[in-house]
Amino acid sequence: MQKTEEMATVLEQQALGSNIFDLKLKAPQIAKLAKAGQFVSVYPNRADKLLPRPISLCGFDPKEGSLRLVYRVTGEHTGTEEFSRLQAGDTIRLLGPLGNGFTVEPGKKAILVGGGIGVPPMLELAKQIKAQQLCEQTIVMGYRDANTFLLDEFEQVATTVVSSDDGAVGTKGTAIDAILANHVTGDVIYACGPKPMLRALRDYARAKGMRCFVSMEERMACGIGACLACVCQSTHEDGHSNVKNKRVCADGPVFDAEEIEL
Amino acid sequence: MSEFNINTAVDFCGIPMKNPVTVASGTFGSGMEYSDLVDLNVLGAVTTKGVANHPWAGNPTPRVAETKSGMLNAIGLQNPGIDTFIERDLAFLKQYDTRVIVNVCGHSEEEYVDVVERLADTDVDLLEINISCPNVKEGGIAFGQDPKQAMAITKAVKTKAKQPIIMKLSPNVTDIAEMARACEAGGADAVSLINTLTGMKIDIHRRTFALANKTGGMSGPAVHPIAVRMVYQVAQAVNIPIIGMGGIASTEDAIEMILAGATMVSVGTANFFDPTITQKIVAGIEDYMRKYQIADIRDLIGAVR
Ligand SMILES: Cc1cc2nc3c(=O)[nH]c(=O)nc-3n(C[C@H](O)[C@H](O)[C@H](O)COP(=O)(O)OP(=O)(O)OC[C@H]3O[C@@H](n4cnc5c(N)ncnc54)[C@H](O)[C@@H]3O)c2cc1C
Ligand SMILES: Cc1cc2nc3c(=O)[nH]c(=O)nc-3n(C[C@H](O)[C@H](O)[C@H](O)COP(=O)(O)O)c2cc1C
Ligand code: FES
Repeated sequence: MQKTEEMATVLEQQALGSNIFDLKLKAPQIAKLAKAGQFVSVYPNRADKLLPRPISLCGFDPKEGSLRLVYRVTGEHTGTEEFSRLQAGDTIRLLGPLGNGFTVEPGKKAILVGGGIGVPPMLELAKQIKAQQLCEQTIVMGYRDANTFLLDEFEQVATTVVSSDDGAVGTKGTAIDAILANHVTGDVIYACGPKPMLRALRDYARAKGMRCFVSMEERMACGIGACLACVCQSTHEDGHSNVKNKRVCADGPVFDAEEIEL
Repeated sequence: MSEFNINTAVDFCGIPMKNPVTVASGTFGSGMEYSDLVDLNVLGAVTTKGVANHPWAGNPTPRVAETKSGMLNAIGLQNPGIDTFIERDLAFLKQYDTRVIVNVCGHSEEEYVDVVERLADTDVDLLEINISCPNVKEGGIAFGQDPKQAMAITKAVKTKAKQPIIMKLSPNVTDIAEMARACEAGGADAVSLINTLTGMKIDIHRRTFALANKTGGMSGPAVHPIAVRMVYQVAQAVNIPIIGMGGIASTEDAIEMILAGATMVSVGTANFFDPTITQKIVAGIEDYMRKYQIADIRDLIGAVR
């Protein structure tokens, strides 16, 4: 997998409700190589914050040479808080594109599921499925509350149903609740979000005889498969260390749900 | 200025190195993952991730945590075992014009010796023995925290090894010079230091340990002054060469380590935030030598006493 280090220039940044930011960057080399479901390592400028922050590509445009990152500020004095202060013209160092990304099974009706901060990467996937006419798709988005960031954009791409933890919008409960309430059907699930959601989707897919691909999250250091920080347990021996540990950054982040222990 | 000729080559235990820069074990894999970012031919040597006689699964996650100007890791020496290492990783590295230092780990003397014997007839330049591993037979206390055990393990690997042996020292001891002397007495050809310092981080929001293993090894710029002090102390105590490491993140840090007594330097954690840092340091050392009209890098080794 080809990757490159690039100094990106901020084109614009805006807040999407509280604590969620939408960052558009000029990074032509990474944009040229990118695939939906891949991520970039974003390096804080502060010298005391050493480790890169892995952030999924919410969008990219190879022609324009741009990338779009949508991320949550996790707290005070964090790297993401630093990123939220970036303004047009500022620069930020990236390494990417990283990871495998989603591979869509053509012709198989897709259910795209995003939960919490797993919502952003599903947008580019939905757009690619539509643009390349890969398959039919239904989008299921699980939000915490009434801050339904990116929802309007999903609705422009395909039929979208929604859940929220507090019932403020859509079905009260989880993405699974929204799937059931809206009788969403399909052949394959593509999902990104919190582990309990991914686990529930795996079980649902199993019961229905569907395939299920999930994008995983783990703490990272190198981001490129060298340090073995970011492993998740796999059902079979991994090809790297001959144990049952797949590297989320290099073998993933997208895995067949049956290939890993959720 | 540009006509001023400099020599950056060093001799390390009889192995000529084009420059003194290598990578710290465990931070660079076997170079494969970094090879589309870094030209491995530029490095004096590549030091590989610790390898045992059979695959190790390592620790549960989270395995890493960020700390101020540093990090903690508890990877737990996950590795594919020596067979896969020789077939895949070593074969990969031999495509490059760089020296290969293989880092070896084990739970017992037999396990270390097993790996060393398997490597005896391979095209590996040097072996680095990581004695920070817990000795299962001696109640899990690391070989590197007891001078008698360190000397014994050095002797054991020395009798079987065909390559020069570098003993990698743990900083988690009262007297690092005593550890280095024990390894030298056991027949070590060189020592490398420092391995990571045992640390802990607590997540105050979740009220739990940041690492699944509770404790982890601290590395990165925050440990650099400790590493410089220890390299200096060891350089005064032994006559064998030293690979200095611990928080090296710039040319200045590397030069500092050489002046303290290191013949070679390893760059570890810095690879994570600056993937091409090793190349920058190789070039930076040359610039430094031109700036101060130093013709031979060997004149810098241990120059500050
Ligand atoms: C493949 C992948 C894709 C991701 N995509 C997105 C995205 O599109 N949008 C988004 O908002 N978030 C995303 N995340 C989560 C994001 O990486 C973390 O929220 C972020 O690293 C937190 O950094 P901080 O500076 O806010 O926190 P700090 O507390 O300052 O972080 C300290 C360290 O912990 C790491 N860390 C903390 N939380 C996480 C976490 N949940 N996952 C991995 N590392 C963590 C940081 O990277 C850093 O090394 C993704 C994570 C992964 C693994
Ligand atoms: C993620 C990680 C993995 C490591 N794995 C090993 C290892 O397998 N064997 C070993 O001897 N040292 C290992 N180390 C220690 C480093 O080689 C080095 O001694 C230490 O990190 C100090 O250098 P630094 O501050 O430049 O990283 C590891 C360090 C890190 C951060
Ligand atoms: S973060 Fe280093 S292997 Fe994945």
